Amino acid sequence: MRQILTAGATRRAILAIAAGFVATAALADGPQSDRRVLSIGGSVTEIVYALGLGDQLVARDTTSIFPEAVLDLPDVGYVRALSAEGVLSVAPDLILSEEGAGPPEAIEALQAASIPFVTIPDARDAAGVVAKITAVGAALDAPEAAAGLAATVSAQFDEINTRLARTEVPKKVLFILSTQGGRILASGRGTAADAIIGLAGGINVLGGFEGYKPVTSEALLAAAPDVILMMDREGDHSMNNDDLFAMPALSTTPAAQTGAVVRMNGLYLLGFGPRSAQAALDLNAALYGG
Amino acid sequence: MPRFMEGDLVVTLGNVPRSAGRLEGARRVHLWLLLVLVLVSIASLAVGASGTSLWGALDKLVNGQPLTRAEAVVLWDIRAPRLLMGICVGAALAVSGAVMQGLFRNPLADPGIVGISAGASLGAVLAIVMGGALAGLWPVALQPFLVPAAAFLGAWAVTLILYRVATRNGRTSVATMLLAGIAMTALAGAMMGILIFVADDQQLRDLTFWTLGSLAGASWSKVATAGPLILLALAVSASLGSALNGLALGEATAHHIGIPVQRMKNIAVLSVAAAAGAAVAVSGGIGFIGIVVPHLLRLWTGPDHRALLINAALLGASLLLVADMISRVAIAPAELPIGIITAVLGAPVFLWILLRKRGMVDL
Repeated sequence: MRQILTAGATRRAILAIAAGFVATAALADGPQSDRRVLSIGGSVTEIVYALGLGDQLVARDTTSIFPEAVLDLPDVGYVRALSAEGVLSVAPDLILSEEGAGPPEAIEALQAASIPFVTIPDARDAAGVVAKITAVGAALDAPEAAAGLAATVSAQFDEINTRLARTEVPKKVLFILSTQGGRILASGRGTAADAIIGLAGGINVLGGFEGYKPVTSEALLAAAPDVILMMDREGDHSMNNDDLFAMPALSTTPAAQTGAVVRMNGLYLLGFGPRSAQAALDLNAALYGG
Repeated sequence: MPRFMEGDLVVTLGNVPRSAGRLEGARRVHLWLLLVLVLVSIASLAVGASGTSLWGALDKLVNGQPLTRAEAVVLWDIRAPRLLMGICVGAALAVSGAVMQGLFRNPLADPGIVGISAGASLGAVLAIVMGGALAGLWPVALQPFLVPAAAFLGAWAVTLILYRVATRNGRTSVATMLLAGIAMTALAGAMMGILIFVADDQQLRDLTFWTLGSLAGASWSKVATAGPLILLALAVSASLGSALNGLALGEATAHHIGIPVQRMKNIAVLSVAAAAGAAVAVSGGIGFIGIVVPHLLRLWTGPDHRALLINAALLGASLLLVADMISRVAIAPAELPIGIITAVLGAPVFLWILLRKRGMVDL
């Protein structure tokens, strides 16, 4: 830990020279705030906390809502609609951002302001999550902590693979994002839901289109999902199982016959942060009773 | 054969046909349009992403064989309510458009002009974004009706406010109503902007797709609640034909030839708020049916409202059913929002009408 702090201090000094007055103002704040990190993207923020470095954060974006402590930090806006001036106003000396932060003009302005801007690569698979953790650890000069967390996460992914080797028939899973107004908005390919279903050893029943789309009722009937996966939205009465299976589109599916509905916290399930391996394990257990 | 007569497009021109022959012709069109609606309805029961065959099912029924559970669900619980809701919504939008164009004597009027679209959108967005927070106030069983109910109430609230603003000393000024409508639409837009700002990603998706419209949420319970209201309002609207013809001559003239102008305005605004409000509540934002259908029919059969209103109901229903069939199968298993299809089909037709009438129409 001492070593980390020293390395951080050295780096901070170098950055301060490069970054001009913004970083200098930050330094003047006090010696105990080792660093002023702005984290953009829910999964990146989660990793920072999981590495035990949450106290270095000075601000977050709107999508960073876990763990709860992060809600006390100022919010610089939505990840794809950042305002350069708003970001500068929290005087970060390091910006950690997930891929896809924007708009490009704001990002360019931030880079022009000479604040170190580290983009954390985003990939929704086991290797991708580990790479994310490693990248955050490297940016925060905490490679040992990152290696430890990465090892834990890898072990959890390995555990799923061990379990999957024993699974004979994969389950067909339908991820429903919303049933608003009686129409079903479900996940196709290329979404976080699609990825976590795959990681947990299920098959996304709707592979025919990209993204979250309204799905025609008859196609859902024909697709015959074994399990319905939904987000468990706190404070929001999402449909109960009876209402769900009363919808004509789902009424004759195998899922309706067995009452198979899995509800999980949205951020936990789809966040692809450090908890994603545990989420995939939980989903695997929910699908196969493992 | 369509006959294109000068002055058909714009009722403002006061060209009310007195020729009985023209009205006879327009009434014969009722039968043709009814036939079209029946054919389209049958097609609508036969077309879908699952490949369930209507003919196969009918064959089984005739031979006394039981349908499979899947066939029964597809035909009875999915396609049939969708068909009925499509007919109600299409007819409601087209007739409301025709009534509004007649009442405002403005070819661009549609139900949106009395604040229905703005009010319904605001209500729906409010329910989508704040529904979670207010969920405790609603019985869980009524949860699926939260958004339609809010949309309907929003439509009525805005319409009544506009009506109040535009009415002085028992006389309603349609011009004031038009202008106040612009102000209310802007205000509703601003309030929606605030709600959109606080919405999360899922709510954004929900409200975006709501504004694009869909019949995919059709269910027997929605048909049972919205259907009778729409039919009642349409029946009332249809009785306004002669009065709207008189109004085309101008309010003063209409008054002098014995038309109870103020009473007619009350009935027209309330019936449109009921029909279009209910239609928008169950289907979301579906554009252009209310503008294109009445204009096409004026070109074809003339501006006499006595025939126009009934023809508009029939053609509006048929067109919406066709759009809905496209919406179901175009990108199956996903579904294309129907508002996209009506706009893609409707906007060029509207432009074509304008081009034909260029020089005549002085907007």
